[in-house]
Amino acid sequence: MSAATVPWIILFAPLVAAALILFFGKYSKPLSAGLAIAAAVVCGVLSWWLFFQPGNPGPNQIPWIELAGFSIPIGMLVDPLSRTMLVVVNTIAPLVFIYSLGYMAHEEGYWRYFAGLALFLFSMLGIVLADNFVMMFIFWELVGASSYILIGHYYGKDSAADASKQAFLVNRIGDFGFMLGILMIWMATQTVVFGEIFSKTSLLESQPVYLTIACILIFCGTIGKSAQLPLHVWLPNSMEGPTPVSSLLHAATMVAAGVFMLARFFPVLEAAPDAREVIAWIGGLTCLAAGLMATQQNDIKRILAYSTISQLGYMVLGVGVADTPDVPMFHLFTHAFFKCLLFLCAGSVIVAMHHEQDIWKMGALKNKTPITFLCLIAGTLALTGFGFGPFGFSGFYSKDLIIEWAIVKAPVLGWIAVLTAGLTSFYMFRLFFVVFLGAPRTESAKKAHESPLVMILPLILLAIPAFAGGFPFVSRIFFQLEEPENVPHVVHFALLAMFLGGFALAWALYRRAEKDPLSIPLFANRLYIDPVYAWIVKTFQDGVGWLAGWADRWVVDLFVAQIPSKLVWACGYVLRFLQFGNIQAYAFFFGAGVIGVIYFLIAR
Amino acid sequence: MTPTLAHYLLVSGLLFTIGLAGVLLRRNILIIFMCLELMLNAANLSLVAFSRFNITAQATALQGTVNYNGQILVFFIITVAAAEVAIGLAIIVALFRARQTTHVEDLNSLKF
Repeated sequence: MSAATVPWIILFAPLVAAALILFFGKYSKPLSAGLAIAAAVVCGVLSWWLFFQPGNPGPNQIPWIELAGFSIPIGMLVDPLSRTMLVVVNTIAPLVFIYSLGYMAHEEGYWRYFAGLALFLFSMLGIVLADNFVMMFIFWELVGASSYILIGHYYGKDSAADASKQAFLVNRIGDFGFMLGILMIWMATQTVVFGEIFSKTSLLESQPVYLTIACILIFCGTIGKSAQLPLHVWLPNSMEGPTPVSSLLHAATMVAAGVFMLARFFPVLEAAPDAREVIAWIGGLTCLAAGLMATQQNDIKRILAYSTISQLGYMVLGVGVADTPDVPMFHLFTHAFFKCLLFLCAGSVIVAMHHEQDIWKMGALKNKTPITFLCLIAGTLALTGFGFGPFGFSGFYSKDLIIEWAIVKAPVLGWIAVLTAGLTSFYMFRLFFVVFLGAPRTESAKKAHESPLVMILPLILLAIPAFAGGFPFVSRIFFQLEEPENVPHVVHFALLAMFLGGFALAWALYRRAEKDPLSIPLFANRLYIDPVYAWIVKTFQDGVGWLAGWADRWVVDLFVAQIPSKLVWACGYVLRFLQFGNIQAYAFFFGAGVIGVIYFLIAR
Repeated sequence: MTPTLAHYLLVSGLLFTIGLAGVLLRRNILIIFMCLELMLNAANLSLVAFSRFNITAQATALQGTVNYNGQILVFFIITVAAAEVAIGLAIIVALFRARQTTHVEDLNSLKF
């Protein structure tokens, strides 16, 4: 086993597992779960092994499509970026898979679920390991397809079927831009392989407008996949899937792909400052808007979903402002662990509440589910970036770093990010107080019980990186972080004030609340973006449908059916008068015809 | 004056034209049938004539080795034509039995 073959094993192990589950999983529940978990564990072990392999293994490709002047290889790019990402994905995936054992124990479609999970993991690993844009795009689409399968797991439910369809279609919009961007880069550089594109950056730089447009188009892929404004609508709806899927989707396998792709493409993005400004603004606005929306949601998973969008906004903002892709990747790293933890905690709460997701029907779960409670505290403190000075939870380090860069490079966005930190603190502690403190609001909240060990164990294991993942001695292993210069000290105090302010406000409002004392329809209705989209889609679709129907009836029918059929009928009508019924006339025409033929044969 | 190929062909052409005119103009189906035979024999006559004059040319060139293939072919044609006439007459008899007429103008049901 060498460093050259290991990436291939990592990539294909989940695919093999998915295929085997499809064939044999129907017959045995433990078999399907076992295959998926085994593949994920193999990936995990090999990823850690690969991470600590010294040196750069160099190109590792097989040719796939070879045309004159154009070739697409299938290759493994193993550099620090993909090694770190492999570790993140393949550490979280086995834990989520194991957790699924408990969560899905009594659910339908067990083997279908595990096959989907394994396929999902395979797709994401393909994106991480891809050494060229075409391969990345293929796996990018595979992620979309497998997320469609998993979000629509309960396809019998209309809302789940709609959500998976929406996730798929909204992603297509972004992917279309992504594809155009890839084509533009290819047109300029004549290659799709990352290493070769990066070596031609100076060529791209000589066409700044072209490069800016290409980078923004490629960023469209991120807008779709990482749920940035204005294509964020699918992510909250994707909560219709089973909770472990949401956890995997939000932590490691789907939404992270967009940020990872930007980090991968960073050497070229660096040369397009205008595009990065657009990226920074979209990231900053997304993080604020999603934070605002999260404050008024009542579904425990939706709160976390909006929080994910908000955190992804931070990461995209980081891509826009930081000098190194390690800054957003660091936040992706810490976020993956604590968001996975939070979702798994939410899943544990949901199981404890017998599949109730409305936080206003919970309450006082602190004593009923103590381990979940403690783990959720760790996740919440990590997400809200609790800490000051040299010490804090993991999110503290990564989020502060992005905010520092934003303050230095784009002060307006920096202060938006600081404000969002306060919102984060507010909505997370709102969730925390309502679910775990106060009085039980329903009967099932009184009877809630702690989840089984297979679900608790991943929580505990994830709580460790959620707490410690950001410490400098940890981040030094994975990243080469750069601190911006001249950061005003007031930022650190402002962030602490924001954290405490959000906490205090949530404490004051929700500590004993029976129902939500705040009612802000604008935020509860998600800034009315969804209904506007629904209206646009409906109007547009109905319009196009009407037009297409009209064209089909009056244009296509006219030229394809009506006119030719009438023409043939008319010709037949005219020609049938030649049928005189007189045998001698026929003989005459026959003779005339023969003479005509002879004339043409001889005279010409 | 010995007849040349042109004379034979002229007679053949006349026979053919008379036959064609008969086919196109006469109304009685029996006469039309006879005119058809006339046309066939016009073709036979030109075939025999071509063969005959070709034999003379060959005999001069090849010193006695003579090719009678054309003459023999005409015998075959005449034989086959006899068989064909038998069938044609049988059809006409059957037609007369069905329609009580041999007039082509009355046989016009195959039309629009």
